[in-house]
Amino acid sequence: MTYHVLSLLVEDKPGLLTRVAGLFARRGFNIRSLAVGTTETEGLSRITVVVEVEGLPLEQITKQLNKLINVLKIVELDPSSSVQREHLLVKVRVDSSTRSQILEAVNLFRARVVDVATDALVIEVTGDTAKVEALLRVLEPYGIKEIAQSGLLAIGRGPRSISERVLKN
Amino acid sequence: MSTEAILVPSPLVPSPPVPSPSGASGGNAEKNDPPMLTGSGAILASLEKLGVTDVFGLPGGAIMPFYDELMAFTAIRHILVRHEQGAGHAAEGYAAASGRLGVCIATSGPGATNLVTAIADAYMDSVPLLAITGQVFSTSMGTDAFQEVDITGITMPITKHSFLVTDPADVPAVIAAAVHIATTGRPGPVLVDVTKDAQQKSAPFIWPPKLDLPGYRPVTKAHGKQIQAAAQLIVESRRPVLYVGGGVIRSGAHRELLAFAEKTGAPVVTTLMARGAFPDSHRQNLGMPGMHGTVPSVLALQESDLLIALGSRFDDRVTGKVSEFAPHAKVIHIDIDPAEIGKIRHADVPIVGDAREVLLDLLPAFEAAAARTAPDTVDWWKRIETLRSQYPLGYVDDPDDGLLSPQGVIEAIGRISGPEAVYAAGVGQHQMWAAQFIKYERPNSWLNSGGAGTMGYAIPAAMGAKVAQPDRLVWAIDGDGCFQMTNQELATCTINNIPIKVAIINNSSLGMVRQWQTLFYDGRHSFTDLETGSRRAGEETRMIPDFVKMADAYGALGIRVTRPEEVEPAIRLAIETNDRPVVLDFIVSRDAMVWPMVPQGVGNSSVQYAREHAPDWYEE
Repeated sequence: MTYHVLSLLVEDKPGLLTRVAGLFARRGFNIRSLAVGTTETEGLSRITVVVEVEGLPLEQITKQLNKLINVLKIVELDPSSSVQREHLLVKVRVDSSTRSQILEAVNLFRARVVDVATDALVIEVTGDTAKVEALLRVLEPYGIKEIAQSGLLAIGRGPRSISERVLKN
Repeated sequence: MSTEAILVPSPLVPSPPVPSPSGASGGNAEKNDPPMLTGSGAILASLEKLGVTDVFGLPGGAIMPFYDELMAFTAIRHILVRHEQGAGHAAEGYAAASGRLGVCIATSGPGATNLVTAIADAYMDSVPLLAITGQVFSTSMGTDAFQEVDITGITMPITKHSFLVTDPADVPAVIAAAVHIATTGRPGPVLVDVTKDAQQKSAPFIWPPKLDLPGYRPVTKAHGKQIQAAAQLIVESRRPVLYVGGGVIRSGAHRELLAFAEKTGAPVVTTLMARGAFPDSHRQNLGMPGMHGTVPSVLALQESDLLIALGSRFDDRVTGKVSEFAPHAKVIHIDIDPAEIGKIRHADVPIVGDAREVLLDLLPAFEAAAARTAPDTVDWWKRIETLRSQYPLGYVDDPDDGLLSPQGVIEAIGRISGPEAVYAAGVGQHQMWAAQFIKYERPNSWLNSGGAGTMGYAIPAAMGAKVAQPDRLVWAIDGDGCFQMTNQELATCTINNIPIKVAIINNSSLGMVRQWQTLFYDGRHSFTDLETGSRRAGEETRMIPDFVKMADAYGALGIRVTRPEEVEPAIRLAIETNDRPVVLDFIVSRDAMVWPMVPQGVGNSSVQYAREHAPDWYEE
């Protein structure tokens, strides 16, 4: 499976998310993750979407998205030229015999413990997809009770901004 | 952020300038204040400013404030339909016949959902359509109020864009934006849903409004490099074909196409949506390609070394099995919608632009390239002429069952009415025969539901066309199945003095489905008998309904035609009768089939000229 990270600069209009999500569904494109938030410019939002591309050219996806009136710009963010992060909250079962091992893993991954109970810990970690997956693999044997995970966020490296050329026009 | 001001579309009918509030220099301040209008009044004033003169609609609870003001608004003619689907198709027919925007209006809930088929149809066929719907009070939205549906949500996948208006101050900008979006770039339907309170409340009417559409910038002018590359491919090609689609008609590029085609000498095929984009009488026109295309057209595409696709989208009904379509051809794909390019078939030279503007640039580029490399299509034309003489379009003129030949009837209508008439068809066998056997010489003379395949399109579309072009003879060529879906608009036609001519090609069946059942389902005719009258001579038949009585009930002239010698006089009487609509009920053979045919799912090289009769063609 091939994944691509697309960053969409969109007008913050009612129903915008439905338009984008609906387009993916009816054109047969699969979304792996989706993150929506505000931008430095009022009235504009940014959607970071990770799409599964198999059989369908990515070009079709971007062209169809571009036809949406409220979509201003689409860029594909390559892992080598962008910073990509996911945010994970995970609740792990602990007891006196496993606590120190789990805390060691938390330190190794530069994760943080954000809630402590006698038989569970909530751990927070930020990182790219590989790091988050690796931490989950390490914690799995102890018993994962619950996961809350954000969509991937991504931003291009260097001084240029996605909204630069759009704002100039 | 970007607030690029886009000029609002210039009105088709000049209207006096509106006093602008900023234009006030001394004088009476009151006089220069923008007028206060209700949301309803603002819709009407905006439509008038944008040159809209005719609308089709049907009132209901949530659109009553608008209708109340419409009653006294003389600048716009409103035609009261009998079903909202009729309003939608009428607006489509109006647009397709004239090239102008079509407008339809409905109330909330079922009124709005009844527009959905027509909106989807307009989306598939790129028809500039504005649908205005009433919505329940903004304070009731989301509560499952009476006649509440989320019509902007429902129509999201079938519109170019949709708007919900809850504030009357937004009306001018939204209507202007909606019309701009519907009529520019690749045209299409736009829906504007207006809550009842937004229709009732007042706001200053400021015109022209500022259009704020930073994400909408259709490209119309092509890249020079691509034009050069295309010209070079064309002069190098030995077997080029101009594969012309409906985009040429929407763009108004027929004159430029004629000039370009004659200069290049390439054969032209006109798709179902492009019939009339290039004259049928022209030597270079091979007719329609695709599932029921002419053999020369289908095989020219198959054997071609270069497809010049102009406003066409490689629809499955044209390509057949895509992997076997035109296997030796390079492709120049010209389309205003970038998403069409490369969607189905790789384009060697992709050109994004308006068909007319691209052709204007491509012609001199071709001439320059041809001066260096002379194109040679002599052998190609020899091959095409062979196909043409071997496989002309034809039909059986005297069916075994003693009933009329449907193709003969349709051909006679075309021959007697001529190329200045407008022909709207439903969907099915009669549609294909009307595309094949009527000779089209001008764009916007052939209206049909190509992409969506909407049965019932013909009657309301013909009605809309007649409103747009009252001086033209307008035919609805319909089937007995299609006619029963939308014939209620005959009442609209009679009452509003819209004298359309309806030819029912009555084979008492859902004919195209029946044809497939005959060919692919061992003749098992499952639920395709409509019992409207056609039977072998001597067999018992019912006639439910009796279309002639029905015409009479609607105040139209109804004539039943069963014998060949009655065909011409009936058509002539229909043409001469202009004080009411006319319905001709032609009782035709139900065994007639549409030929040629490429069975679904196979390559176009498997085209059958007639049943079990495949033409010879060169396989390289």
